[in-house]
Amino acid sequence: MKTTIKHPVFVLSDNVDTDQIYPGRYLDLTAPEDLKKHCLEGVDETLAARFEQDDIIVAGRNFGCGSSREHAPIALKAMGASVIIAESFARIFYRNAINLGLPLLVCPGAAAALQNGDVAQVDIAAGTVTLPDGRVLVGEKVSEHAMNILSAGGIKPLMRAQLEK
Amino acid sequence: MAMHAIQKILAKAAGKPSVQAGEIVTAKVDLGEVNDLYLQTIYSFYEMGAEKVSDPDKIIFVFDHYAPAPTINAAQIHKEMRAFVQEQGLTRHFDIDAGVCHQVMPEAGRVRPGMVLVATDSHTTTHGAFGAFGTGVGATDMAAIMATGELWFRVPSVMKIRLEGQPGPKVLPKDVALKCLEQVRADGAVYQAIEFCGSYVEALDVPGRMVVCNLAVEMGAKTAYMQPNQAVLDYVNERTQYPYEVVYTDPDFEYTREVVIDVNGLSPQIAVPWSVDNVKPIEEVDAVAFDQGFIGACTGGRFEDIHEAYEILKGKHIAPGRRLVIIPASKEVMAKAADTGEMQALMQAGATFCAPGCGPCLGVHEGLLTKGERCITASNRNFPGRMGSTQAEIYLASPATVAASMLTGVLTDPRTV
Repeated sequence: MKTTIKHPVFVLSDNVDTDQIYPGRYLDLTAPEDLKKHCLEGVDETLAARFEQDDIIVAGRNFGCGSSREHAPIALKAMGASVIIAESFARIFYRNAINLGLPLLVCPGAAAALQNGDVAQVDIAAGTVTLPDGRVLVGEKVSEHAMNILSAGGIKPLMRAQLEK
Repeated sequence: MAMHAIQKILAKAAGKPSVQAGEIVTAKVDLGEVNDLYLQTIYSFYEMGAEKVSDPDKIIFVFDHYAPAPTINAAQIHKEMRAFVQEQGLTRHFDIDAGVCHQVMPEAGRVRPGMVLVATDSHTTTHGAFGAFGTGVGATDMAAIMATGELWFRVPSVMKIRLEGQPGPKVLPKDVALKCLEQVRADGAVYQAIEFCGSYVEALDVPGRMVVCNLAVEMGAKTAYMQPNQAVLDYVNERTQYPYEVVYTDPDFEYTREVVIDVNGLSPQIAVPWSVDNVKPIEEVDAVAFDQGFIGACTGGRFEDIHEAYEILKGKHIAPGRRLVIIPASKEVMAKAADTGEMQALMQAGATFCAPGCGPCLGVHEGLLTKGERCITASNRNFPGRMGSTQAEIYLASPATVAASMLTGVLTDPRTV
């Protein structure tokens, strides 16, 4: 996991739910390479094609609300999202993303301060977002428990180590 | 320190004398349920290096979202999951004939007070109706449960929604739940548990309790809880072979907040596009026309829901050019609707019945919407694209309001028909 990222952002609204992140009609796909083509199709059908590796998603409140489908964070990760910043996250989405090693940052004010295409600098360990004008927004630090999972590259490597004992 | 019943359930499952909100615990899971959107669970299980399910009696697969398989890919998912059930020797399996997981698990006696139930479905909050700790997870968390029988949880704080009074005829638990959503909003309970209590809840039957707890997740809640009443104990005692214990909250437990809602005189409630908390009383919503009505899913597919439609539509017919899809939540529900003759009467009234399962609720089959169409539904989500096109509008309502609106073709108060 990269702990500092400097990349363009895609800014989304409040309550972006898992149906918008990954529409139900594609749930029978299983390969991440197939999933990523439909990522965020419910918000903007052209977004996945314009998204570049390590770009950043910035959203409002309650990002990832709705279904428990793991397809949503799998698609976001496969599309290349390096980190997702939001005012708040829905809890199942939060767990799913951390389990996959996809970093999330709770940072109030980021969605209002950034516009599509702005380049933001994110320090995941410090929980900060540096805006294009140099201002620094301080978000919530990722909990120690979640950071341990992220640092290991997700829950699967941790489980592998546990099961081998 | 005073604990809530939910916290006591987690503490016991974690082998600890007490826990407090915010603490991370590893708890034993009494039942893990995997639905057929989650082939990834099996992949994650093997990617973790696991070989055998830790307890084949504590993991069940329910085929409901894709029952029966609508696509070749879905058929492949079923095939691989069936093979896993066989290889692992899982003691109980619910194939495409069974119904929606949140209905078939209680019917089969697998849900009981005081248990920890985790499923790969957000609406697992439903089982708070039985005084259980029920919560939804994704595929990889479930794979960890399959491998070890345990999962980590952050112990939630608890907010209380006190529901007092009794609404009038044709105003249903779904209306009460939508009213709660209007008050609490879609993220009002994120990372918290919601306890529903008050005179309305104490008098509520099992299906009604399931509806209210089902929608707790739409408020962001990790889990829901209702103290079991006699109706719950009767239901569970009739069905379960497993021992259980009813857990009680300490009298001096401190809730994060309390919301009080008087449901006396409540009007039917409607969640208008595009969010579950965009709720208005029916009097404040334009009498828009609907192309389709849907009664079904884990929220609105129980016998009591179908019965409400029967009461409104028997001997009548839905409006010309309209379509009403009814999907019983389980085989047991469908059999009862058939035995009572209500299914036949509803078919004569113009309803289309499909086999038990989730149906069009999540936009995969059996009644999808195209752009420009409008649907009124007893299910649970009205996000853009939830039931098909992102340009189709979804209105959430009670099954009585769905039936009344299909009778006239436009949004109609069920108290007036």
